[in-house]
Amino acid sequence: MSTNVQILSEAQNGAVSIPPNQSLTSPASMVVFEAVTKRFGGADDKNQFTALDGIDLSVVRGAITGIIGRSGAGKSTLIRLVNGLEKATSGRVVVDGVEVGGLSEGGLRDLRRQVGMIFQHFNLLSSRTAFENVALPLEIAGLDKKAIRDKVAPLIDLVGLGDKSDRYPAELSGGQKQRIGIARALATSPKLLLSDEATSALDPETTQSILALLKRINAELGLTVLLITHEMEVVKTIASDVAVIDRGKIVEAGRTFDVFTGAKHETTRSLLSAALGTTLPEWIRSNLKQQPSAGDRVLVRLIFFGATAFQPLTARLVTELGADVNILAGTIEEIAGEPYGSLVVAYPADPAVTERAERFYAATGLSTEVLGYVA
Amino acid sequence: MSPDMLFNLLLKALGQTLQMVAVAGLIGALIGLPIGVFLATSGKGELFPAPVTNRIIGAIVNAARSTPFIILVVAIIPFTRLVTGTSIGTYAAIVPLTVATIPFVARLAEAAIREVDKGLIEAARAMGATPLQIVFKVLLAEAKPGLTLALTLTLVSLVGYSAMVGAVGGGGLGDLGIRYGYQRFMPDVMLAVVVVLIVLVQAIQSLGDALARRFDKRNRKT
Repeated sequence: MSTNVQILSEAQNGAVSIPPNQSLTSPASMVVFEAVTKRFGGADDKNQFTALDGIDLSVVRGAITGIIGRSGAGKSTLIRLVNGLEKATSGRVVVDGVEVGGLSEGGLRDLRRQVGMIFQHFNLLSSRTAFENVALPLEIAGLDKKAIRDKVAPLIDLVGLGDKSDRYPAELSGGQKQRIGIARALATSPKLLLSDEATSALDPETTQSILALLKRINAELGLTVLLITHEMEVVKTIASDVAVIDRGKIVEAGRTFDVFTGAKHETTRSLLSAALGTTLPEWIRSNLKQQPSAGDRVLVRLIFFGATAFQPLTARLVTELGADVNILAGTIEEIAGEPYGSLVVAYPADPAVTERAERFYAATGLSTEVLGYVA
Repeated sequence: MSPDMLFNLLLKALGQTLQMVAVAGLIGALIGLPIGVFLATSGKGELFPAPVTNRIIGAIVNAARSTPFIILVVAIIPFTRLVTGTSIGTYAAIVPLTVATIPFVARLAEAAIREVDKGLIEAARAMGATPLQIVFKVLLAEAKPGLTLALTLTLVSLVGYSAMVGAVGGGGLGDLGIRYGYQRFMPDVMLAVVVVLIVLVQAIQSLGDALARRFDKRNRKT
């Protein structure tokens, strides 16, 4: 693979550790994980299970950070360490300068009032109306009725459900329930919002509207958002930063666009190919050869992003090669607000042609990957 | 027997039954409900983890529930005498009825509380709720329909149990049916007793169902 993509983290032995680039109390990091390990079951227990293994990660203040991984990768455990719903076996989790592991039960409750959380299945109380659900964290914090009313009404308006205040969760759609969940998470004016697969139970359209709401809240309230998901779509749409987790280890992390366009780790690539449509069609894959024979055509993936996304490079490629080029697969996406295109083309594997192609790629800065050869 | 006499007998017996069911139900629920909450929240890794105490109380509850009621009545006569000063009569009958109600309510309440979605407990913990706040604001609130049905079932069972305390002179409808209807061969009395019992149980059940439906907001239509 030849690529000009900048990689923030180098893959080594299948695992990458990202040293927190700021000190633990740095104003730039809202959450810092430092060599965090979590095991379930006792040391002598043969069913002992290591959910998280040496996690180093920092969550940028004011940003939306996504943690993506398959189910069982450890992401639920990871997010629950932030508000102390789970305790780390070793290592440190620091939230806004405070080490979570060192807090008493009371200190933990104070922290939790500054950290909102939303859930995949919303977790609204069925016995309470939308209004009363949003009021719950405030009741728990001991506010009086009037203060609660003053706080709840604007929040329900903020999430666009001003007319549904007196409805019970059973009378609301999934998207509306999650909006109430978000309003509830914001009730205590937290500085950090944790999102546990918040859109996984929603249809694609509702997912987009909830993501837009999260993005708006992040922008308007300056709220740091840490979300976990198994959907690349979610990360691609709203996360400015991403960490990929696999079997309890962070395998890749950095700015979303950089990680996506320069994915090195197998997990990242396979999660990506579904979301970006970069998987080759079956009829091509089954005919692909690794070595060319005479008269074969070479299959090349062209990746457009940054400056190359805006130039008419495909048209120029045809002219430069002086050979016929056919397009086999392609997609154009927006990742973290930047355009990203992937195009699979085929042209004669004749050395004269491929040499001209290499020169063209070098001159234009186009990122390419030779996939194989077909007859 | 004249209809007048029958009516008076029935009225008196109904009064005794209602008194026994109400007092035993009330005290039994007041003691049984907290025990049920404890049983539902004190397991390993739960809100008030105390697995050993949980198992001990659970065993006592099971023992009390597996003792046939009529045996319980005679077995605790010393305790009954201690509480009421006598071992016969309606008041004395309330003691074993209450003792039998407590574990019954405790198990039913435990089951109703365990029905509450664990996600809600997690959400409340994430909000910074104390364990007691979780019990009152989440568990009891969400289990209200289930608890209402549990108490309804308790009262209905109490009506049945109360028929047995005739053995210690507790009186009530069951006692009337046995003594007049069965022992004195008066089928009209027996029939009247059965009809009144059916109406009573129906009334308790309907009231309980209606309340539970009102508390249950889970199946509202949009």
